[in-house]
Amino acid sequence: MKLVIIKYNAGNIQSVLFALERLGIDALVTDDHEEIKQADKVLFPGVGEASSAMKYLQNFHLDWLIKELKQPVLGICLGMQLLCSHSEENDTKCIGIFEEPIKRFDDTQGLKIPQIGWNNIYNLQPPLFKNVKENSYVYLVHSYYASLGEHTIATADYIEPFSVALHKNNFYGVQFHPEKSAEAGSIVLKNFIEL
Amino acid sequence: MLTKRIIPCLDIKDGRTVKGVNFESLRDAGDPVELGALYAKEGADELVFLDITATNEKRKTLSELVKRIAGHINIPFTVGGGISSVQDVSVLLNNGADKISVNTAAFKTPELIDSLAKEFGRQCVVLAIDTRMEDDGEWYVYLNGGRVKTETKCFDWAKRAVDLGAGEILLTSMNHDGTKKGFALDITKKLATELPVPVIASGGGGTMEHFADVYNDANADAALAASIFHFKEIAIPDLKRYLQSRGIVVRL
Repeated sequence: MKLVIIKYNAGNIQSVLFALERLGIDALVTDDHEEIKQADKVLFPGVGEASSAMKYLQNFHLDWLIKELKQPVLGICLGMQLLCSHSEENDTKCIGIFEEPIKRFDDTQGLKIPQIGWNNIYNLQPPLFKNVKENSYVYLVHSYYASLGEHTIATADYIEPFSVALHKNNFYGVQFHPEKSAEAGSIVLKNFIEL
Repeated sequence: MLTKRIIPCLDIKDGRTVKGVNFESLRDAGDPVELGALYAKEGADELVFLDITATNEKRKTLSELVKRIAGHINIPFTVGGGISSVQDVSVLLNNGADKISVNTAAFKTPELIDSLAKEFGRQCVVLAIDTRMEDDGEWYVYLNGGRVKTETKCFDWAKRAVDLGAGEILLTSMNHDGTKKGFALDITKKLATELPVPVIASGGGGTMEHFADVYNDANADAALAASIFHFKEIAIPDLKRYLQSRGIVVRL
């Protein structure tokens, strides 16, 4: 199986590579269009800011490429947010797979932003969450979140309930870091690889 | 709900864990990777590795160690000790560290915090502060591992650092560190309630009650300790079950 990680200016790629390595999977890190198109699975991780990441993707025509992919694609953290239509982070138009909007956590509610740490996830749906127990804990670091919507396949609560994972056709997204989420995270990665 | 975090801290010198550990289950008690992996398995929420050699010639050893840690541990970890430039941080993050902590260099050159936050995002910039309460009842910032006193008050520096881009504060009370008599509740509470970023309390944790106190009474987001874990005085699974019984939300 050929697994590709999309290389761009917002990757936290090393940890993802290591997590795959622990599952016995080698991945290719590349921004080459042909390599990405030919992959069996595509990972789209990301830590950073939405508008500069989108600008970079646009400059390398990766935004269109990603939108046209037919194989399973998993966006992680910022990667998931970039797969949505729009982010409030610097009013950014994103790739537009998921219609769920990306909003900023309301900072008037007395909770700290970003949310940093372990939170429980529920209403988990297969195939991505097969064998993951309801209310498992996952590791999150984020100030923006995807609203609940028709593509929500897992929910978490911080200030309000939000989409901690999304799924539409061949596209999947997780707000948490599966590569840093202990056992629950590695099951999710394994489920994606086995799709 | 977002949980309260428990963070074992490993001091590293020349690539080895120091301050001693007491685990029969480890093949090599001095290997930070093996010890870190054990804590991760026991339910630690994060790990902190502080390099206390931290001289320039040792930097390479540290980045190689970070790579090994990242390869073996599936929870987030922070690396600190002698970090003074964007370049230092870039190497550590590229090798798989999730966050870095800065202390003396950030105090001497506060713009470092701003540069790091802009380059890597504030979520990976942890400001470590060593503080001591003096006879005048005020908490002051200390530098160089607690050897150099400054005239700056702890809260003022923490606030300024957060304004510059620090995403988290690791607060060590020198009055409490090593005493096992409990965390510094008052200064921890001041920072944890008045600053918009998470505060990790450090120094003084000796019993399970101390952890409950620092979460319940001082609003700490996380608590860090070293020797009580290294010497198995408190086992992480027991600590988490105890905290849960006290109504504190933890990852179990």
